[in-house]
Amino acid sequence: MNDRSKKKGDGSPGLAFERPIEEIEAQIAELESLSLSTRLDISSEIEALKARLRETIDKTYSELSAWERVNVARHNKRPVANDYVTELVDDFFELHGDRTFGDDAAMMTGFATMEGRRFLLVAHRKGRTTKERLECNFGCAHPEGYRKALRKMRLAEKLGLPIVCMINTPGAYPGIGAEERGQAMAIAENILAMFSLRVPIVAIVIGEGGSGGALGIGVGDRVLMMEHAYYSVISPEGCAAILWKDGERSPDAAEALKLTSKDLLELGVIDEIVNEPLGGAHRAPSVAMNELKRVLLRHLDELIEIEPEALIAGRHTKYRRIGAIEGRFPTVAPSLGEIDVPPRGAAAPDSNGSAPGLTSRVEGADGRAQRRGGGAGPGS
Amino acid sequence: MADDPKQNDAPKKKGDSKAKAEQDQAEPTEKKQGRLSRLRFSKKKDMPGGLWLKCESCSEVIFRKELEEKGRVCPSCGFHFTVPGRERIAMVLDEGTWREQFAEIEALDRLNFIDSTPYSEKIARTVKRTGQNEALLCGFGEVLGKPIVLAILDFGFMGGSMGEVVGEKLALAIELAIRDRRPFVVFTSSGGARMHEGVLSLMQMAKTCAALKKLNDVGGFSICVMTHPTTGGVTASFASVTDIVLAEPGALIGFAGPRVIATTLKQELPAGFQRAEFLLDRGMIDNIVARDKMRETIARLLDYVDEAPYESAAAAVRHA
Ligand SMILES: [Zn+2]
Repeated sequence: MNDRSKKKGDGSPGLAFERPIEEIEAQIAELESLSLSTRLDISSEIEALKARLRETIDKTYSELSAWERVNVARHNKRPVANDYVTELVDDFFELHGDRTFGDDAAMMTGFATMEGRRFLLVAHRKGRTTKERLECNFGCAHPEGYRKALRKMRLAEKLGLPIVCMINTPGAYPGIGAEERGQAMAIAENILAMFSLRVPIVAIVIGEGGSGGALGIGVGDRVLMMEHAYYSVISPEGCAAILWKDGERSPDAAEALKLTSKDLLELGVIDEIVNEPLGGAHRAPSVAMNELKRVLLRHLDELIEIEPEALIAGRHTKYRRIGAIEGRFPTVAPSLGEIDVPPRGAAAPDSNGSAPGLTSRVEGADGRAQRRGGGAGPGS
Repeated sequence: MADDPKQNDAPKKKGDSKAKAEQDQAEPTEKKQGRLSRLRFSKKKDMPGGLWLKCESCSEVIFRKELEEKGRVCPSCGFHFTVPGRERIAMVLDEGTWREQFAEIEALDRLNFIDSTPYSEKIARTVKRTGQNEALLCGFGEVLGKPIVLAILDFGFMGGSMGEVVGEKLALAIELAIRDRRPFVVFTSSGGARMHEGVLSLMQMAKTCAALKKLNDVGGFSICVMTHPTTGGVTASFASVTDIVLAEPGALIGFAGPRVIATTLKQELPAGFQRAEFLLDRGMIDNIVARDKMRETIARLLDYVDEAPYESAAAAVRHA
């Protein structure tokens, strides 16, 4: 985990911004070994370099573009699910398989204990070594992975255990077998089922939040994001290829998609950002993971106090209204004859200054227009 | 339901599996309104004058007028072409029973998304061209006298892609079904989530499923008919989890687009891959229904749920 000995030559062009930082780090390492071998006192030089390092990291990371953040989220030293288990969890008992087709290595599920709290951990598994990464398809789960997750989540519900989902996937696996076995159906079933689970669910995007593959384990009472994680409807590369017809335009696509943790918090899609240490989680994995633990435990402790009925109702409302601008859409009350229509001009103006001009009328099934506070509908 | 084997088998020929992969992510070129949804045809294939066109499945040259008169089913091979939303309504509902709802709701360019053109301009042009505000049409109607709430995801509007408004209108339509105790029927043709609305589009997958969950809680009944093509975040959300999932013959249905898969795997895809028949064979859908049998099929299915659903509605409303 802390093996930072040969971090040079990561090879990713998206990480070019890390080079000046890495150069200073290398200089510091060189001076430190020099001071050890020669017993020269160069501590002031080292201190000066360290100050410059902090400054450089601070400046670089405060100015990261969306595309650079995507590359931080994909950094090969960034903590992955296995690291969180090793570092944070006091006990972990893995539960394999969907008992129908197979055991998808890209999806890890098991009982976990953290500071006395027991829960079910559901996590995309990415691996770190090339061998591991190949084994779990770089974190791209197959339908059996999603079905395994659902099966274990239903077990957690039965046992009254909260569920913690760690999302880290470029997307669900696009392949022949995946399609044959119903990739779309498996994800859809999970999304639907997660609205019924009567135990708390906390979902955390720890790295890549790739589209439906992320959402397939991503419906939660609380949704958190690590500071440098991203969460998007499509990968920047995929978006660039389709809309710009040019894969080289990924940085533009990343910018346009508004996929950073800050963007998502502003859009009202996530509940909280988990801060990472200066320079990203890959610089100080343990610090990053323990910060997540602190935030996670706070949310778990809050959620376990809530009655199942209220929990489910709250989850429904959260997603029914997610990211919506107050007053933009009309509402249909779940009982006969009650309709809420926002008053004229109530919808918030968009950023271009043009109001959507909503003047919605909701007709009853009998064809009569109904308005809030107006004539009672049929049966009331 | 496979009453017409000729149509249900929908024999596919060469080039089929690769067909129209570029529409997977819903970015149709803008064209003049009217006539056939021309999205299904590249300029090359479109015959001069637009009187004739080439079938994307059997490559037969068809007289456009004849195709339209035959409900956009290829007279030569039975391929079911994508149907514009308004036409679909006329095909499914009893005449004069359609009462559209929430038609006024418009898309918003909340991300200020710009690729070649700003998304806001793209919407404005599409609204002008199609005469509708969004890709989803929903409202009340009757099928052979049976009242339903109907929703149609129209491929002609930005590839039927699901953004905030599509998700919201679906949820509202489902809530109308709950309120008025009507079955919910939805037809899909979509490239998936709308990229221009970023993660807000992704969240519509959850929103629509949340609405369906509520419908299920009160014992409501839902049918989805997947038509050509239905892919991405639409297949991976509400469309796959209705009570009954039907498909039209030959419809391309999947999660990842065939081109994405072919590129990733660097290999030819098997014949018939991701077609309705392929999904039926793998146990992913309930049945395949030819277009000319669709209306009566829906009515037949509704016969099985008359009175039955919504028994527990009152109890569920108390929970809400
Ligand atoms: Zn044909």
